[in-house]
Amino acid sequence: MSKFKKKGSKEAPPISTASLPDIVFMLLFFFMIATVIRDTSILVDQEMPKATEIQKLQKKSLVSCIYIGRPIKEMRSKYGDEPQIQLNDTYKTLNDIPDFIAKEREDKIEAQVPQMTTSLKVDKKVKMGIVTKVKQELRKVNALKINYAATEDNDR
Amino acid sequence: MARKRRLPQEINAGSMADIAFLLLIFFLVTTQMNADKGLLRKLPPIVEEENQDNIKIKERNVFVVLVNANDQLLVEGKLMDVKNLRHETKEFIIPSCGDELQPECKDTVLSVPGVGQRKVILTKQVVSLQNDNGTSYDMYLRVQNELIAAYNELRNELAEEWYGKIFDKLTDDQASPIKVVYPQNISEAEPKQVGGPQ
Repeated sequence: MSKFKKKGSKEAPPISTASLPDIVFMLLFFFMIATVIRDTSILVDQEMPKATEIQKLQKKSLVSCIYIGRPIKEMRSKYGDEPQIQLNDTYKTLNDIPDFIAKEREDKIEAQVPQMTTSLKVDKKVKMGIVTKVKQELRKVNALKINYAATEDNDR
Repeated sequence: MARKRRLPQEINAGSMADIAFLLLIFFLVTTQMNADKGLLRKLPPIVEEENQDNIKIKERNVFVVLVNANDQLLVEGKLMDVKNLRHETKEFIIPSCGDELQPECKDTVLSVPGVGQRKVILTKQVVSLQNDNGTSYDMYLRVQNELIAAYNELRNELAEEWYGKIFDKLTDDQASPIKVVYPQNISEAEPKQVGGPQ
């Protein structure tokens, strides 16, 4: 009787795929956590203007959004037809913008403050008057980096 | 008799991976990454009233773009269509010395990293954009877009000539001399209240 077993006499055991689901689940959880689902419900009409020279916004954590537009249908009876400014979850006035920016700055590191961008999400039908006033408020609080939200225009 | 060890029955988990993949793909498809895109601009800081008079720019250096409440475009005193704005702006930005109507310019030698010394012409051009309070945001953005596009096209041309790739692909070091040649001087004047309410 030989001391060593003959190699290859036994069939190779099947490769266990038991850990595969674990890996995929890990991926799944990563994705669920990494993609932030915006919880701000938009209360204004939003139809973005088109532009060709758009750039992607880097560092999403440093972006704060100001929505401007006509109130959505459900809110029109209460707030009328005039364009409204939405900060966070409610309609605000121009005077609230400095507070809003200050609050956004509060939880950022000081070195990041100059990199903070304010994204103006303005409906294309809005007149410039209100947009200019918002821009003036932003200038006053020294939030100078802005981004006019637009969608990619492939026709031009 | 040889002892036979009984292995516990193994549950077939092969399909588990499929299910997980299904979930994963579902998630990938439904959650939009919400890529924020737009035109990046920088607002000018607030200037003290008294300083404002000191900044005087010669008329020939300024490219005046006016948009009124009816979304009509007036460029350098002429009524114009938005489609022609890009071309017209480029015409203005490209230095052409000797022309009295074109912005002032002077020759300089720039050291371009990776390329060497290059003779360039710098101009004192400024694009001034003024809109009315009644201008629609859509029109305003289209004008902005055309102005930025004019600069971007010229920058791309220069980047192509010097480095053989587009401006966006350059490193900061490479991009800075191009920014010197074509600075994006788009100034926005305070809007006028002429047409309509708001």
